[in-house]
Amino acid sequence: MIATSLTGRGTAGRAGDRPPVAARARRRVTARRPAGAALGLGLGTLWLSLIVLLPLSAVVAHAFAGGLGAFWDAVSSKQAVAALRFTVLVSLAAALINVVGGTLIAWVLVRDRFPGKRFVNALIDLPFALPTVVAGLVLLTLYGSRSPVGIDVAFTQAAVLLALLFVTLPFVIRSVQPVLIELDREMEEAALSLGARNMTIFRRIVLPNLAPAILSGAALAFARAVGEFGSIVLISGNIPFKTQVGSVYVFNLIESDAPTSAAAVSTVLLAVSLLVLLAIRGLGRWGARA
Amino acid sequence: MTVSRPWRIGLRTVALAYLAALLFVPVGLVFWRTFEHGIGAVWDSITTPAAIHAFQLTLEVTAIAVPLNTLFGIVMAIALARGRWRGKGLVNALIDLPFAVSPIVIGLSLVLVYGLHGWLGPSLTKAGIQVIFSVPGIVLATIFVSLPFVVREVTPVLKEIGDEQEQAAATLGAGWWTTFRRVTLPSIRWGVAYGVVLSVARCIGEFGAVSVVSGKIAGETDTLTLLVEKRFSNFDLAGAYAASALLALIALATLLAMTLMNRRREEGDA
Amino acid sequence: MIPHVRKTAAALLAFGALAAVAGCGGSSDTSGGSTNASASSGGRNAKTTLSLVAYSTPEVVYDQIIPDFQKTTAGSGVGFKTSYGASGDQSRAVDAGLRADVVTFSTEPDMTRLVRDGIVAADWNSGPNRGLVTTSVVAFVVRKGNPKHIHTWADLVRPGIKVLTPNPYSSGAARWNLLAAYGQASHAGKDPAAGLAYVKQLIAHVPVQDKSGRDALNDFTSGNGDVLLSYEYEATTAQRKGQSVDYVLPDDTIKINIDIATTKTAPPAAKAFLDYVLSQPAQQRFADWGYRPVNAAVLAANKSKFPNPPGLFTIEQLGGWRTVNRTLFDVERGAITKLEQSAGVSTAK
Repeated sequence: MIATSLTGRGTAGRAGDRPPVAARARRRVTARRPAGAALGLGLGTLWLSLIVLLPLSAVVAHAFAGGLGAFWDAVSSKQAVAALRFTVLVSLAAALINVVGGTLIAWVLVRDRFPGKRFVNALIDLPFALPTVVAGLVLLTLYGSRSPVGIDVAFTQAAVLLALLFVTLPFVIRSVQPVLIELDREMEEAALSLGARNMTIFRRIVLPNLAPAILSGAALAFARAVGEFGSIVLISGNIPFKTQVGSVYVFNLIESDAPTSAAAVSTVLLAVSLLVLLAIRGLGRWGARA
Repeated sequence: MTVSRPWRIGLRTVALAYLAALLFVPVGLVFWRTFEHGIGAVWDSITTPAAIHAFQLTLEVTAIAVPLNTLFGIVMAIALARGRWRGKGLVNALIDLPFAVSPIVIGLSLVLVYGLHGWLGPSLTKAGIQVIFSVPGIVLATIFVSLPFVVREVTPVLKEIGDEQEQAAATLGAGWWTTFRRVTLPSIRWGVAYGVVLSVARCIGEFGAVSVVSGKIAGETDTLTLLVEKRFSNFDLAGAYAASALLALIALATLLAMTLMNRRREEGDA
Repeated sequence: MIPHVRKTAAALLAFGALAAVAGCGGSSDTSGGSTNASASSGGRNAKTTLSLVAYSTPEVVYDQIIPDFQKTTAGSGVGFKTSYGASGDQSRAVDAGLRADVVTFSTEPDMTRLVRDGIVAADWNSGPNRGLVTTSVVAFVVRKGNPKHIHTWADLVRPGIKVLTPNPYSSGAARWNLLAAYGQASHAGKDPAAGLAYVKQLIAHVPVQDKSGRDALNDFTSGNGDVLLSYEYEATTAQRKGQSVDYVLPDDTIKINIDIATTKTAPPAAKAFLDYVLSQPAQQRFADWGYRPVNAAVLAANKSKFPNPPGLFTIEQLGGWRTVNRTLFDVERGAITKLEQSAGVSTAK
């Protein structure tokens, strides 16, 4: 990919540019760091295991507590399949919209100047801080049957998408912002002086550098969308086969005293998320190598 | 690249319109509903003993969860962006997993491990340690949900800036701690800052998982989000909105603090 | 740089310090602030502390009963820790280790779960009150003045009428509503086919099934639906809290049992509290909020508030909770489950 050779500050480096001294230094650096780095990685993985893997494996173990047959029954029920399919589709949609919208907003926040920009920047994180209950309620008020702006999407699939867009808003934006801030503008200026048009510069220089951040943010947004519960549960009406998402279906199973089935469906949701996350990251790596 | 004026205005408009419809208006509505009945009522609402305690508990939990996850985040980001080892893809995906898990399932998972019939519950109880239905349980749930933020913010930045400067420092004889402190850390400050801001916002706003593991013991394990729900349930809508507004203000204050600390490098000039 | 790291650390520590420094917590959060005496603050000189784990709605009543109790000789010096939430969630929490001395739930399975796991004694319902603390009935909650003239179950399925009732799968307590609908059409369980036919009709009139009773009530008061299926005490509590609703008691409806018990590990003060809750002053408090007291004297004194529906039936007549949960609400095979699922396909918004 052309960008790799134009990106002066990437780890790939400029071909033929590296003096022998630096090469020796590099070997020295990697020789000196392993102990600290390995310890860091070890501790990090330990933390990850204790906080995330341990509880989640308890869920997976519980899912099979009733045997393989019960597991299969729970996840292949018509309602489970419908909920899972809808969840994945609407979360992908939310992630995609965020990729476009989020990158645009990050761009405007970093590169543009207008009165009140700092204020706007500050508000971006609010979807996280507001309890999902409040978010759902407010969205329902604004875009439901009593909408002051005449938009009524309550209890439709669009409503679910709306709630998801709200809660995933900060991900791509905040992922792209720090990278955009650090972006070396020399490349863009060089390309400009060579006569490249803005669109070309964006497409071939800026975007490739932002791609890891965008994908990272999109992956997070997707993951969050799959697990979202509180804001959806109000505005979507949770109509089975239409607007019921996986997390609400799991909730219903728990409340109906079917925790093993709940664990089973959760396990499938987790597996699907894991697969999509791996795919998104794989996509990023493949794109970087091509 | 310098964008031409019409394009600049166009992009700005689209961005702001999207934000307005999706964010400003809804959040504005929350604040409007909060202050509908006057500031006095709001002040009373957020200074009841229960509200003060909920506020304290929320901050306490956040003050524990965020530094731990920040440390984890920086360490893992360096390992992911700079290290060479197998299994990166899997670890990457695992780090993102906390988001994909719905809060109800997080609660369920913690009960399955630390509850009365859980994997570790009985041994912990025998040792006199109460995890679930007590503050440690809330802390665990909060750490769980805010785990990925700092990693995700810092890793792309590390990848973007490359390790040339770090290598240069090594050439000049700097040990790894010096390199980290004086080269790496300053260059990821914005990533860390945004990661911390997002983590704080997420910690204070978590509801579902905390709702399951806290036991909802009034005056002991009620966080601000649980208080919001409790007030909704008791027809105290004004009180619920007031508590929500307080949460929003905490998030804004965090961002303000981070921005002030990073004031010197505002616009990304080298 | 180090200063930057230091500043970040300092700010975070400041947060934590702020949290730790401000005084000790209070508990009860009524807007009137009159019940601060209850709960933890009373516990400082307490000889015992009782943990009350309850379902969510009677919080307002216990906020009054607890200070009353603390003024009696039996209750002086007793501190309280209270926890309120959805009945099923609370029961599961106690099952998973939430400390509780007195528990009260709005469905019997939530209590029997604890009996099964040895937390509540098996004879919890053998006393004179049969384990009940209050009762209620399923009622129709309507807009003030009842503009759509809804009085009977048949009115609910008139063309164009929108009924709100919570999802019986996300809230066990919400099952009372559908049981009432089913029971009245099936003549207290004698004609299951007729009962199910009515429920099927009813579901077609439900635009959305909220997650819980309170959510449904909030949905209704925000302007959705023409009638809400709920409990009598939900309506009266809402009215007392300033919501502009009315309620209608249909002739045929089901008697809702609210259970209460002490746990096996509870101190003696728990029994004293339970006795107090069943005694006249506390039961009168319940009556004031619209809960039907089980104390016969109090019920008689408040007769005018609680008319007796002529066609009142009980869950025992429908076979008891175990049977209805199995035949009607089982997540895979229940009859109502099947109705709900088929409704999901055909009901458009």
